[in-house]
Amino acid sequence: MIDYENTVSRVARDIKPSGIRKFFDIAATMDDVISLSIGEPDFDTPWHIREAGIISLEQGKTHYTSNAGLLELREAISEYLSRRFKLTYAAEEIVVTVGGSEGIDAAIRTLVEPGDEVLIPEPAFVCYDPLTRLAGGVPKPIVTRAEDEFRLTAEALKEAITPKTKLLVLPYPNNPTGAVMRREDLEAIADVLRDTNIYVLSDEIYAELTYGKVRHISFASIKGMAERTILVSGFSKSFAMTGWRLGYIAAPAPLTKIMLKVHQYGIMSSPSTSQYAAVEAMVNGDGDIAAMRTEYNDRRKFLLKGLRELGFPTFEPLGAFYIFPSVSHLGMSSEEFCKKLIQEQRLAVVPGNAFGESGEGHVRISYAYSKAHLKEALRRLEIFVKDHKR
Amino acid sequence: MDKQKLLNLLEANAKMTLEELSEALGDSTENIAAQIDAFENEKVILGYNAMIDWEKTKRATVTAMIELKVVPTRGQGFDALAERLVNYPEVKSLYLMSGGYDIWVLIEGKTLREVAMFVAKKVAPMDGVKSTGTHFVLTKYKDKGVIFCDRKGDTRRLFSYD
Repeated sequence: MIDYENTVSRVARDIKPSGIRKFFDIAATMDDVISLSIGEPDFDTPWHIREAGIISLEQGKTHYTSNAGLLELREAISEYLSRRFKLTYAAEEIVVTVGGSEGIDAAIRTLVEPGDEVLIPEPAFVCYDPLTRLAGGVPKPIVTRAEDEFRLTAEALKEAITPKTKLLVLPYPNNPTGAVMRREDLEAIADVLRDTNIYVLSDEIYAELTYGKVRHISFASIKGMAERTILVSGFSKSFAMTGWRLGYIAAPAPLTKIMLKVHQYGIMSSPSTSQYAAVEAMVNGDGDIAAMRTEYNDRRKFLLKGLRELGFPTFEPLGAFYIFPSVSHLGMSSEEFCKKLIQEQRLAVVPGNAFGESGEGHVRISYAYSKAHLKEALRRLEIFVKDHKR
Repeated sequence: MDKQKLLNLLEANAKMTLEELSEALGDSTENIAAQIDAFENEKVILGYNAMIDWEKTKRATVTAMIELKVVPTRGQGFDALAERLVNYPEVKSLYLMSGGYDIWVLIEGKTLREVAMFVAKKVAPMDGVKSTGTHFVLTKYKDKGVIFCDRKGDTRRLFSYD
């Protein structure tokens, strides 16, 4: 009998399984639960994009594409990044990946050597830490705080940098907090990094979903930063294409060349149907983005108002489709709150500590749901608050 | 206030409350109410309908589309006939068309026979009507931008934290 525990990779074995999974499993056995936990758009992929995928299938375009992705798509991405974010990337500097996630993995594996430290502002999306460990790196969380609107500050960054720091992850607009970085915040980060060899993995998957007066600013567009930045983005959130599994990384050519090798041997090439659909999204999708953003914004305002009226201290999120209220005034931990909420009111939200310890005291609520769904959720939340008022 | 946007919002969902419209348009509920009144007075907004799938109710409904070929009246063209036809409650929609026929009438009744008799007794004998062509609707898939056929619900996973 093989002793699996002690013969598999220790790094892989020791990746923390999610404690949350357990209580979602309990919730799944209840039949009247409604959820505000999902991190993917409720919209279906716009029809013209789906149709482009269908037509490619009808035409038998079902073969591997070049490793880096269809040239046509990479050119379309290059044009899109310049049109929407004033970024300059040649088609050769772009690799089409299997979702943003694979892009993050390829970037980390390209840069990180055993012992290298990777700085991760938290709360943050759950994949940076385990992917860093798998690459032999050491994840170093940087706590961001509600009073800074969950932005990464230059001071916190400076404090976290050591001679071993290889990479800074910059996950903005942020999941789970909805925080965005303003130009002056990015400039301050850039000033800290300018004379170092530290790279930046700028995860801008939510770049199209911002709601403030100023649109998203890419870190790569800050003076002098493009040379050290690997930009990760994708189609999932902005075009409601989660199931197509398609994203991309853009970086200076010497980096792209190496990332392409990691991608080539891990993946070969990204799904061809998805790539043909994505060309349509890049070329004719601006209107879809605008329509979905308007809808998300409407829900965002509705939910923010509703949560504040119920007494939840909630900072105004200006990006992504999450809101991150504090629940500690009810005298419960994040997990306690979520567990009770699901048991008593059949409403599922995600405890903030799922996104790093600094998320404790908060919960993540997704507004990728219809207004009617959100109204019902607020109704349940109101009863819950009444029952637990201290 | 973006008046066009107000109309777009109401066309998509006439049930939006003044508070919701105020949020969406960034203007006061008073101003929005006044603008809606103005639209109603100017007959820009003519009514507010619910989209109902009668197939899912006990009410039996038969819908037919009638193509009319018409001899226009001197001086009035097609208007004289059209303005007579609009008076019938059975007539739900009425359009003057380009192409192979002149007037297109959408008629609703309780039974096939009722609709057929309406066409035979009321429409066909009217002065100026040269011919009628009646097409019964079998299934309504989409009407006024609203999809009627059953689609899948939310197929996303119930829970996730990614």
